[in-house]
Amino acid sequence: MRPFTYERAVDALGAVRSAAATPGARFIAGGTNLLDLMKLEIEQPQHLIDVGRLDLAGIAPMPDGGLRIGASTSNSTVAADPQVLARYPVLSQAIVAGGSPQLRNKATVGGNLLQRTRCAYFYDTTKPCNKRAPGSGCSALEGLNRNAAIFGASTACIATHTSDMAVALAALGAQVETLAASGESRTTPVIDLYRLPGDTPQIETSLAAGDLITAVVLPPPPAGGQIYRKARDRASYAGGLASVAVAGGQVALGMVALKPWRAHATEAALAAGASPTEAIARELEGASPLGRNDFKLPLVARLSAAAIQEANGRGA
Amino acid sequence: MGDVRLKTTITVNGEPCALDVDTRTTLLDALREHLKLTGSKKGCDHGQCGACTVLVNGVRINSCLSLAVMHDGDAVTTIEGVGTPDNLHPVQKAFLTHDAYQCGYCTPGQICSTLGMLKEMEAGVPSQETPAGARPVLSDDEIRERMSGNICRCSAYPQIVAAIKDVAGVAA
Amino acid sequence: MTSVHDWTPNNPVKENRSGLIGKPVDRYEGPLKVTGTAPYAYEVQPPSPPAYGVMVGAAIATGRISGVDIAEAQATPGVLVVWTHLNAPFQAPKGTKAHPRSSAGSRPALENDRVLFFGQPVALVVGETLEAATAGAHRVKLTYAEDAPDVDFPGSLDRAISPVGEEDMEVGDFPRGFAASPVQIDATWSTPIQNHCQMEPCASTVWFEGEKCVAHTSIQMVKPAQHGLAETLGIPRDDVHLLTRYIGGGFGGKGQTYDDLILAALAARALGRPVKVAYTRQQMMHGTIHRPATVMQVQLGAEKDGRLNAFSMMTWTHCHREGNFTEHASNFGRALYAAPNRLTGHRLVKLDLPGAGPMRAPGEASGTLALECAMDELAEKLGIDPVELRTLNEPPTDPENGRPFSMRQLVRCLREGAQQFGWDRRLPTPGLVRDGRWLVGMGMAAAIRGNFLLPAKCSFSVDADGVITVRQGMTDIGTGTYTVLAQIAAETMGVPLGQVKVEIGDSELPPAPGSGGQFGAATAGSAALAAGQNLRTAIAELATGDEASPLFGGRPADVTFQDGVVAIANRSETLASLIRRAAPEGLTVEGEIKPAQDAREWSQQTYGGHYCEVGVDPVTGEVRVRRMLGVFAAGRILNAKTARSQLTGGMIWGIGSALTEGNPVDVRYGSLLNQDLAQYLAPVQADIGDLEAIMLDEVDDKANPMGIKGVGELGNSGAGAAVANAIYNACGVRVRDYPITPDKLLAGMIARGM
Repeated sequence: MRPFTYERAVDALGAVRSAAATPGARFIAGGTNLLDLMKLEIEQPQHLIDVGRLDLAGIAPMPDGGLRIGASTSNSTVAADPQVLARYPVLSQAIVAGGSPQLRNKATVGGNLLQRTRCAYFYDTTKPCNKRAPGSGCSALEGLNRNAAIFGASTACIATHTSDMAVALAALGAQVETLAASGESRTTPVIDLYRLPGDTPQIETSLAAGDLITAVVLPPPPAGGQIYRKARDRASYAGGLASVAVAGGQVALGMVALKPWRAHATEAALAAGASPTEAIARELEGASPLGRNDFKLPLVARLSAAAIQEANGRGA
Repeated sequence: MGDVRLKTTITVNGEPCALDVDTRTTLLDALREHLKLTGSKKGCDHGQCGACTVLVNGVRINSCLSLAVMHDGDAVTTIEGVGTPDNLHPVQKAFLTHDAYQCGYCTPGQICSTLGMLKEMEAGVPSQETPAGARPVLSDDEIRERMSGNICRCSAYPQIVAAIKDVAGVAA
Repeated sequence: MTSVHDWTPNNPVKENRSGLIGKPVDRYEGPLKVTGTAPYAYEVQPPSPPAYGVMVGAAIATGRISGVDIAEAQATPGVLVVWTHLNAPFQAPKGTKAHPRSSAGSRPALENDRVLFFGQPVALVVGETLEAATAGAHRVKLTYAEDAPDVDFPGSLDRAISPVGEEDMEVGDFPRGFAASPVQIDATWSTPIQNHCQMEPCASTVWFEGEKCVAHTSIQMVKPAQHGLAETLGIPRDDVHLLTRYIGGGFGGKGQTYDDLILAALAARALGRPVKVAYTRQQMMHGTIHRPATVMQVQLGAEKDGRLNAFSMMTWTHCHREGNFTEHASNFGRALYAAPNRLTGHRLVKLDLPGAGPMRAPGEASGTLALECAMDELAEKLGIDPVELRTLNEPPTDPENGRPFSMRQLVRCLREGAQQFGWDRRLPTPGLVRDGRWLVGMGMAAAIRGNFLLPAKCSFSVDADGVITVRQGMTDIGTGTYTVLAQIAAETMGVPLGQVKVEIGDSELPPAPGSGGQFGAATAGSAALAAGQNLRTAIAELATGDEASPLFGGRPADVTFQDGVVAIANRSETLASLIRRAAPEGLTVEGEIKPAQDAREWSQQTYGGHYCEVGVDPVTGEVRVRRMLGVFAAGRILNAKTARSQLTGGMIWGIGSALTEGNPVDVRYGSLLNQDLAQYLAPVQADIGDLEAIMLDEVDDKANPMGIKGVGELGNSGAGAAVANAIYNACGVRVRDYPITPDKLLAGMIARGM
């Protein structure tokens, strides 16, 4: 790691102001992804602002029947929350499908959303990677890209976003609440937080520099059953090959794009009365596999159809 | 930028420890290299093996993926605070009896993880093995899923499950 | 000259009067391991504060370092030393043996500008702190003149040739026998590169005490490390004191010295202070050896009644350009099944990949993944139960050389396993059993692994308290060496376990070959038994010759040792009182074991049978091992607890090989894709269902004086094949390209219309 200065933020506004005033500043809360990347010098902050102990934790009902989850709430706390378990089980299921208990105890909601890709070429600093070294090229494009995206990729980047939690949040239509240095608070749908790679895969989110995620806000749960399913190479403690979150008629796919992929075509087909299998096939018409990751098409098709079926059964 | 050092006080195994550390020093390296508490192991240094698992304020985490300076005022329990060779904790005794280790390198992490895991069970924290809406029960599969954050390459997995069931009072 | 017949007489281990041999006692060093107080190499506290060394790995697979810029690294605060090949201290040229009997030659680090594999250590940065050294290592700027790496193993099979000094083994006329067989299997399996992933990365802590180099490192074999380091530093071998007391896993990957040891020693000498160097997890993947990939063609020709007419297994594999290692995946097949016409061999291609080397059950681990699945396919084709097919082809003597088996209980392992597992409930037609969302299937496979004995020495001491101390330059990599040596000592000397101390992992102790090849317990233990017998003789002579002893005047041969007491009939005294009076300084004797001259007149193996039940998710192709049983025959078992752990551990390695483990080569860069433990998927708890290992009663008098054999590799042999066969039984898909990941299984299921 490069040397850096460290401060523990006293309040959220102070944190965003410090971030705006300090070159090379980054927020840290759990640190489970940032430190991982700092050790490899993929991330090189000059200043860390610890927001882990700010009053951003806690889970509270919203007047509209939704739920507000503070950004520094640990993943474990969210997964175990009685309100989440009762009304947003897909969120709890998605969280416990990710990482390990130790990681979930440390990782926060905000950090989970902002975790960076697990693409092996992004992690290997001897290889070209447009996300890590813009303009150097994408090693995965012609490489061992079994786990690459099938939606929304570009020739500059074919990586996937690997958060499980974000897939559930996308299905639930969650909003992300952010605070800017100006003191202005803003909400953005989770699926708009992320940018597809295009020509600038190094720009990953719609956040402005120094914006701090303060909370995730869930609307009231949609009618119908909820379920999260993930397929992976190892039974636990492994990234996914594909995942699907279903919340009533809302469906999101994971590990298929550089963002949690809201399956709008599937949702429209389901609403029009299509079978789960037909509905997911509509979505996959827009997929662009690369060869080594062709299997993701049938995998997503089967996994999603089974999950939608099961959710329907639960919602009935 | 030159090195940046900060004073940090962490209570480790009940003893307040005043540290003057580089901001880059992880909690794991602070324990191992500064406090000479080498029971917590470095297996991967990236949160991918669990050998560095310690309890921070009673909660199990990977100490390799945390900075020492982030733990000012925290209470950390390492394997050295769990028990000693002459005064083993019941979990340590169970690991010994069931041969729940071979090379021993992942073992302190497994034991600290077990302690954290049993607390999580009491608190009703779900896992992907827990049926939707149900309170978790310490079945073999629950133990396996909840201990999956600790890799044992010698693969003492069956023995670890047996040790945990023994200490948790579940019929083995 | 020793003969196996010299081992026939009774000895204290065989008599087992106290019942300690075989007893499932807890590990000797267990209390230290479960409390985190056993110091591994990086944790040994040196006499003064250490400096920290961090290595830099090459960013190319082959070529030359064309430019070196260490200015920024040197300017990094806290950095003490930056070395590349341009300024590294003098080391003896590679392979130098100043002492002709050194067990290893010089192996210099940072030797020259040549890069021989991706990740090869090409620079060392030593700093006051680990953080400083790590930051400095990131600042080392190297440029390369890169050659195109020759690393495409599947693309180079036609270039592979027989390894030097090896010929194919031919018996009868395989082509004719195969052609004439009414039922044939001819298929090819492939296995990927695998990494050992020992939980403790290779590490060394080194300091100098005057001229003497004190080196704590993590290694399976003591003497080659000591000698290799001395040769590299150009100092007398006795000036290196090498210690390796606790080792965080080896599995064959720590059988050799790596640059952490060499560089720590060089830096400690240059700086005049202790230096610690460890590989990072990422560096371990390329910087240490791996199990090489294989392609294996198995051809089986059988009569309709199931008897094999023709058996062939050819293995293609690779090793490093300058290496000399063959993954002998065909070898075990030479002793497994009867068939009059046989052909086995290996083809090796040298590539610019990192070093290939032994990894748990080298040969068998890969080979059984092919042959034992081929047998399953043949059984299906014949309509014969897989257990019966193997039984039908049980050879009366070694099928290649006609030698008698020293002991062979393969069929008993298979039958016991079948019975205990409930094999009769298996439906031979795949895809018929469901449990909830899972398709359920059962599979089995045979296990085999050769038995070896190597030369070793050991010393036994008794002190005035009657405490026995075992000393041996042996290692314990998690295998249970400390514990079984303590058991042998306690049983031999007739003292309680608590009255035994074991000191191993030290180059100044009587030499033993170390841990590897499943020869550890037999070799080290046999030397310990010999030392114990010699100490018994010395004590018996002491007692019977001491006027003050109640045993005075008796025949030394009549002296018995039990419960800490030496006795002749009803005349007795405690061992402690005898020694305190008659030899207050204590007694120390050595013992020695050598392989028997005639040992090779018998075919010596260990055997087993694996039974596995898996669930296959028909939606995703995910596999879960629900339960697995192994039944093994491996000679006398010294410790039922640690041996069982070894066996279940090996079985889990088989599960990993079948389902998750493998490291693909990126042929563009000559590097492996998976560079950490998030990418390389060793099994976790959730991958493992109910697992059991059973050991049959056995004593193999041809193996060694104790009649024991090893178990460290055996559990791995065949285990993965049982998983693969169970997968087929569950869903009707055979994947011959390991590991059997969901993508491959899904493709197979779709092809079957599932």
